[in-house]
Amino acid sequence: MATTETMTLNMGPQHPSTHGVLRLVLELDGEVITKITPHIGYLHRGVEKLSEHRTYHQILPLTDRLDYLAPMSNNLGYILAVEKLMAVEVPERAETIRVIMTELTRLESHLVWIACHALDIGAMTVFIYAFREREAIMETYELISGARMTSNFFRVGGLSQDVPDEFVRKVSDFIDSMPGYLDQYEGLLTTNPIWLKRTIGNGVISAEDAIDFGITGPALRGSGVDWDLRRDNSYSGYEKYQFKVPVGENCDTFDRYKVRLIEMREACKIVRQGLDRLKPGPVLADNPQVCYPPKENVYNSIEGLIHHFKIASEGFPAPEGEVYQGVEAPKGELGFYIVSDGGNKPQRLRIRPPSFVNLQAIEKMAKGAMIADLVAVIGTLDIVLGEIDR
Amino acid sequence: MGVENPLGENIITTSLDALVNWSRKSSIWPMTFGLACCAIEMMATGASHNDLDRFGIIFRASPRQSDCIIIAGTVTKKMLPVIKTVYEQMPEPKWVIAMGACACSGGIFDTYSVVQGIDEALPVDVYIPGCPPRPEALLFGLMKLQDKIMKDKNSFGSAIGLGERIASAA
Repeated sequence: MATTETMTLNMGPQHPSTHGVLRLVLELDGEVITKITPHIGYLHRGVEKLSEHRTYHQILPLTDRLDYLAPMSNNLGYILAVEKLMAVEVPERAETIRVIMTELTRLESHLVWIACHALDIGAMTVFIYAFREREAIMETYELISGARMTSNFFRVGGLSQDVPDEFVRKVSDFIDSMPGYLDQYEGLLTTNPIWLKRTIGNGVISAEDAIDFGITGPALRGSGVDWDLRRDNSYSGYEKYQFKVPVGENCDTFDRYKVRLIEMREACKIVRQGLDRLKPGPVLADNPQVCYPPKENVYNSIEGLIHHFKIASEGFPAPEGEVYQGVEAPKGELGFYIVSDGGNKPQRLRIRPPSFVNLQAIEKMAKGAMIADLVAVIGTLDIVLGEIDR
Repeated sequence: MGVENPLGENIITTSLDALVNWSRKSSIWPMTFGLACCAIEMMATGASHNDLDRFGIIFRASPRQSDCIIIAGTVTKKMLPVIKTVYEQMPEPKWVIAMGACACSGGIFDTYSVVQGIDEALPVDVYIPGCPPRPEALLFGLMKLQDKIMKDKNSFGSAIGLGERIASAA
């Protein structure tokens, strides 16, 4: 009498398609997955604990390294939370540049997503194409902040500096050519029979389940839920921009792929509107309590130097209280929850990373599927371990 | 002109060590092992714009087929045993590159969970500073590793079982 038993398989943390250091313990019945247990924490760097020992300005570089595919979105979420706590008004030019940069960041994050997702499923050309476009966005980052990835460009009350003159032309050229590049990806994937077979009907999660799991971002919209924080809980002046929020119908990997592609096209339109809106003006609020002084003052006057030194070393005291600010990061709702006890450091900083919440649905989405389909599910969830483990 | 070619035009002479070192440095196969932010720049280095393939550098997904491991990102205490296991699975000769501030020294993450530099556990050949290092910096580091490989002594002898390979200090 033959007996059957399930097999336990360890996938990761060293695995080329777990997008970093995710570890999944799978229970297999043949090649069919019966149970998935994610093990996380292989990239736990203690960011939230570190933040309790940093002044509000000093925390900003840590947020770059959470979701390292979308550093500016993280910066924006954190900065908006601090500005809410301090009740700082941001000049319009700074707000517009923030929107332009976060939408370019969305493009960048989605480019890496499509590159890795397609590479995992076996379409290597898309990886080569998408990294070509990513390089242009990295050059824009470098132009304005000096760093390619970890930009650390925003400041409480505005920006660290104004953008150089060639910024508008460079960004404009890029978003003019981007829709053509997107057509190239679509030409490689959207009608590709292998791609369709691997993605249609894969990783299905219903709208109710998606809401119950707390999924946000393109993964939620792919399940047909029309929810986008940029429109529904607007911040940083997004209410002034015209853009469509794409939603899917079939709740599967292919719909999430289409939603992200349309989002990339919409991001180009938002950037174009932002460039049209860009007027000369200050990029930092006139709020000496909180903001750094202009660099000319720091170098040329003793008052400016003392002011800079005080803000850089001591920071600023925040009023007692707690704030939460969520932003629509490329992967979903990224929230920063700050509890202040009146000091110059947060008493507690809690980060709500979208990937962490989205990852919980992995068992729901991939149970009963084959291992190869699990790889597609990991790709479509678009997780980043830096923000899951923090 | 002044140089005689007693063996003819199509024959060059070299030492066996130089031949082995040259072939090793011209086909460094690193592990596909991204840990954190630096891994994205490592991918960018391997992708279209910078193109590692022209150096003969091809990422391999299995440690059994690799001779170089690029520690690209923050090493946590939970991750360290995994990295050690992967390193031990790689066949000799093998080289280690510490890419980025975290792998070199722990970087800005001086916390309870982060290993303060991979050199606490593995013998690092090349340190690449930066947070994260630019693709050009990684390319420079890899070229430094190639220089180092070229200076190895007794590469041929150790390959056929005669003595040990003597790695150069720099």
